Amino acid sequence: MAVDATKLPNTAPAVEDVGTIPQWKLMVRRFRKSKLSVAGLIMLIVLYTLMFLSDFIAPYQHNRIDSNYAWAPPSQLGFANGKVVTYALKQTLDEVRFEWIYAPDLENPIPVEFFVQGYEYRLLGFIPSKLHLFGVPDGSQINLIGADKDGKDVFSRLLKGSQISLTLGFVGVLISVIIGSIVGTASGYFGGAIDNIIQRLIELLRSFPDIPLFLGLAAALPMGVPVEVRFFLITIIIAMIGWTGLAREVRAKVMAFRASDYTSAAIAAGASHWHVITRHLIPNAMSHIIVVGTLAIPGAIGSETALSFLGLGILPPAVSWGVMLRDAQTIEAITNYPWMLLPVGVLIIAVLSFYLLGDGVRDAVDPYA
Amino acid sequence: MTTDDMLLEVRGLKKHFPIRTGLMRRVTGMVKAVDGINFHIHKGETLGLVGESGCGKSTAGRAILRLHEPTAGEIIFNDPVLGKIDVTQADRETMMKIRPNMQIIFQDPFTSLNPRLTVGQIVGEPLEIQHRASGSELSDRVAELLNEVGIRPENMTRYPHAFSGGQRQRIGIARALALNPSLIICDEPVSALDVSIQAQVLNLLDELQAKYGMAYLFIGHDLSVIEHISDRVAVMYVGYIVEMAKTDKLYFSPKHPYTEALLNAIPKADPRLRTRPERLLGDVPSPANPPSGCYFHPRCRYAKEICSVERPPLTDIGDEHYVACHFARELSLTGVQALSDIKLEMPAAKNV
Repeated sequence: MAVDATKLPNTAPAVEDVGTIPQWKLMVRRFRKSKLSVAGLIMLIVLYTLMFLSDFIAPYQHNRIDSNYAWAPPSQLGFANGKVVTYALKQTLDEVRFEWIYAPDLENPIPVEFFVQGYEYRLLGFIPSKLHLFGVPDGSQINLIGADKDGKDVFSRLLKGSQISLTLGFVGVLISVIIGSIVGTASGYFGGAIDNIIQRLIELLRSFPDIPLFLGLAAALPMGVPVEVRFFLITIIIAMIGWTGLAREVRAKVMAFRASDYTSAAIAAGASHWHVITRHLIPNAMSHIIVVGTLAIPGAIGSETALSFLGLGILPPAVSWGVMLRDAQTIEAITNYPWMLLPVGVLIIAVLSFYLLGDGVRDAVDPYA
Repeated sequence: MTTDDMLLEVRGLKKHFPIRTGLMRRVTGMVKAVDGINFHIHKGETLGLVGESGCGKSTAGRAILRLHEPTAGEIIFNDPVLGKIDVTQADRETMMKIRPNMQIIFQDPFTSLNPRLTVGQIVGEPLEIQHRASGSELSDRVAELLNEVGIRPENMTRYPHAFSGGQRQRIGIARALALNPSLIICDEPVSALDVSIQAQVLNLLDELQAKYGMAYLFIGHDLSVIEHISDRVAVMYVGYIVEMAKTDKLYFSPKHPYTEALLNAIPKADPRLRTRPERLLGDVPSPANPPSGCYFHPRCRYAKEICSVERPPLTDIGDEHYVACHFARELSLTGVQALSDIKLEMPAAKNV
């Protein structure tokens, strides 16, 4: 009894949209259902936009010193003649506590001008520009969120610091994701002795306590190298510690996919290791890698901050949020100049946004669940 | 039958999985999943391989394709170009050449297709791997293959999740068919499907065999399905083939007590039947710790002293009827009484 295959009941509905949607589109759909994750994503977009435009938005260079404004409080803003104005500071000495006391000189408004010329910088690293979003005429100063002990503008420093704080964690995780994926895939795919050696190595690395390991590695870094080199080296340190966890998770995933029937089918057709890994294992593990990576970024940002806070990461005159928090180490600073703690707030927002994003991505990567 | 129409000869095939324990992962035992099996498949025929869960039938199928590296034994495959080759000894290059001629269909249609690839990519993958086609030639061939298995070629751009189990199984069949193999290992291809869909898929396999003349090693546990599709049947018990014969012979006059017990366990759709079948007592022994002698002796009604001492070899008792039992010639066992009683009901087949 021969059956004509073309006449068999074809129960698949006539070709329509739903079956042809690639998996990543289904993931985007699922992701958009989670409001908090979308909020996290938007927040991160804002933060990274500010980071890229930091020199444009910042009115002053991050290490511009003006001792007349040491510990200056946030400038008061107001309206006069339909213009945004700020006020000059009246400086008086508190003879008991021997401190400068600042008060806004409300009689003397200074107009805040927009799109003014200021210090020279390169936008996005290559477009030379002197344009700044706002500024006040020479002879006065605007400190939106106060100044530090040298009169450096905290607002400008916060923006400049984001360049290191937001990229270092990201790049560090990127490197650890690459290392972790390669090592994890090799370990899970080839198994046997290779797997055994890699896993014991990972166990050894993981058995070191994090902070002393950071300290040891950071202490080994050469002093007196340019900021870029130090940035790069610290990125490597963070990546070196971060890859082990990811390698383990990728290994587990790869082992599962390797045992799957579609992998067997490819091998039965004569597929090479490379074909199996790139066609079946990595694409299937990719969603998991992205989730783990996203959730690892906040940790790496925290690590950088902690290192810099301890004076082992980024060093002044370069600035990161961790470097800024070193100035907030004393009780005096926290009680008298609370704006010095603002980097903590920004850090929390950044880290929280990454976690929210990561949660959304994790739920989205399995669109059939 | 001449030896020239021999497609596959398996001699003494063993696949043992080590049991590792402790920190040092010392090998403390062996799971003898396949423990020295012998069988052969002629060109264009279907050999049914039947047995309970865990008896090693799937492992045997995979070992033939070297998806599991065999522990011992010979797998002589008669390649259309290269001639007879021992698969277990073939190097990478030779394997690459013989692999297209041996393909596999899997049991679970939900895990056998990569969810990240479109149907077109899945079916075209073997062709790409073997550099048989590319570009529009590839998509033409894929369309042709899909047509062959009853999936509309328009569905090429869709992902597996858009298809039902039966359709996915057809896609898996198209993939196995892509390289024009002379042998397809069907690893329980219908046991995950509805009965009505089973019939459709079985008929499709029958039809493809009639058209292309490939041989099937059909692994299964459903005796009715096996009977329907197979020319010959081999019965496995704890990693060992206990009986192999032409389908009718095996079903009507089994020579091994285990085969008899299996056949008696087929439910009979006759409400007037008052006799209960002889029940098989005890459990299937673990392949990590099998009994002595004949593995079946602790559960065998006919066991004598020799059965617990000596393992009976698989011997030909005439007309390609192989039995591994000391008393194969003496016992008179009951098979299925009337074939019509257990004929696979195929409601869907009548509709097509």
